[in-house]
Amino acid sequence: MPSKNIPLQHRLPTTYRIQAVKKETEFVTTMTFPVSLGAKPGQFVMAWLPGVEEIPMSVALDDGKKLQITFFAVGDTTRKLAQLKKGDLVGLRGPFGTQYEWKPKQRLALVAGGYGAAPMFFAASAAAENGCSLEVFVGARSKEHLLYIQAFRKLPKTALHIATDDGSEGFKGFNVGLLDKILTDRKHSKSKPFVDQIFACGPERMLVAVSNLSFAKKIPSQLSLERYMKCGYGLCGNCVVDPLGIRLCVDGPVVRNETCRKISEFGKCHRDGLGKKHAF
Amino acid sequence: MMNLSQTLLGVTFQNPTVLASGIWGITAASWRRVAACGAGAVTTKSLWLKEHRGHANPVIISTEHWTLNAVGVPDAGIEKAREEIGDYNKNKPVPLIGNIIADTADNYGLIASEIVKLKPDVLEVNISCPNVEDEFGRPFACSGPDAAAVTKTVKAVSGKIPVFIKLSPNVENIGRIALACAEAGADGFTVINTVGPGMAIDLRSRMPILTNKVGGLSGPAIKPIAVKCIADVYRATGGSKPIIGTGGVMTGEDAIEMLLAGASLIGIGTGIAYRGEMIFKLVCDEMKAWGKSEGVKDMKELVGGMHRTLPNG
Repeated sequence: MPSKNIPLQHRLPTTYRIQAVKKETEFVTTMTFPVSLGAKPGQFVMAWLPGVEEIPMSVALDDGKKLQITFFAVGDTTRKLAQLKKGDLVGLRGPFGTQYEWKPKQRLALVAGGYGAAPMFFAASAAAENGCSLEVFVGARSKEHLLYIQAFRKLPKTALHIATDDGSEGFKGFNVGLLDKILTDRKHSKSKPFVDQIFACGPERMLVAVSNLSFAKKIPSQLSLERYMKCGYGLCGNCVVDPLGIRLCVDGPVVRNETCRKISEFGKCHRDGLGKKHAF
Repeated sequence: MMNLSQTLLGVTFQNPTVLASGIWGITAASWRRVAACGAGAVTTKSLWLKEHRGHANPVIISTEHWTLNAVGVPDAGIEKAREEIGDYNKNKPVPLIGNIIADTADNYGLIASEIVKLKPDVLEVNISCPNVEDEFGRPFACSGPDAAAVTKTVKAVSGKIPVFIKLSPNVENIGRIALACAEAGADGFTVINTVGPGMAIDLRSRMPILTNKVGGLSGPAIKPIAVKCIADVYRATGGSKPIIGTGGVMTGEDAIEMLLAGASLIGIGTGIAYRGEMIFKLVCDEMKAWGKSEGVKDMKELVGGMHRTLPNG
């Protein structure tokens, strides 16, 4: 009697041979696997490097034939993963969690910070196929850390806005600041709001800014929250958030803003693998 | 409507479903959430006196029939327990079972004396985790004298709080172990911890999937082992000690089977992955529906029912 929400078939990892490896930037790698797990934008998979560790990864693409992950080589496991070559084995299980949801032909603002650009591109390309028009706000520390820029440019009905902290490309400042500016500038130009929904993926401080903006402008938003995950399907409880007690592997990672605003630890702290709280 | 409430050892349970230890319950908020999903009581993850690191991922994997886990009993230690149990006590929808673990009998006494101060409704003593064997050797639950020694140490500091010993199915005679604990003062038993351990191998990499290589087996496949162990413990103790029957419960009928074997309370853990978080309410609803169709007015009359039906008990 499998739960409707949590499919059973992919809870055991299977190893696949890497089909392609692409260096996006100095620290960011995209890997392609010759398999579809039926992942939807916003969902995650567990990627396992046998003998090392298994870690959660946002899905950067699953087109029914191949699956891609894009990751920042920041820890021991991601650094080892980044050294792998075509033909090497990586285990995958999933997909897990919630996805971004939209209606055909909606106008969406997509806010991507850092490597959050990868899952956001997956959402953008799927929404574009549904006839949605997109305002994409990609932010990074500087020009060389911008991701998926060319891919976003190729999407139909898509306006791309770039923000860098140092101003080396586009708007100097945060992408949410740029979104705020545009929302304010165009506020009175149309009877309808500028966008129907905002999607965001990136550092939690950026998500808090999106949450506040979304609340203030009364535009619904869906935000992707990251917490320490082990099982990925609701058993270990490591990704619970206060005070709701919900598990972000099941009720997240994509969480609607009205729920985000009830999470008291949102933007403030998270728990490690022992369940101990740490401030952001 | 079949009555599902009961008072055991002075603790009132609105229904027999209990969140099993090790699943979900790492914070006060998560215990409240599980209570809101219909659980009659919640159990903490195993609490250590000091910080204890678990194993590296992968730590939990499942198929339709079974789940293997070697999480490795991670915990942040007594400070976190104080914070979370203290928080839970301020607004406590259902009884809390504090599950404790340690590496020596003396340390079981130390963690027990600390947790007792936080006033859980029941103390559950985990002497049966199969996936920390590399670290600590064979679980205490594998030897009557070892299990009894831990029981005695915990009972010496537990005061009025009932002490349940969580037993391992991975022994020759679980009834004998239970009896040794009962003689040392155990008030009840949780039957069973995970089975095995077991192993799963990835074909292409030829590597065991769990980082710990082996892990405890749970899920639908282990229910018949749990039912047999519950029956053994009930018989060995003459039905004198309440049992939390745990292992592979998915439905109300699974729960009733455990009652008939001798359980009074029903632990649910892995089942959450199979039926979702509302499994607690679903199991209760299914138990009531079964009671109605069978004309059973009170769940309590089912407890140990098989033993009374058998000609030789």
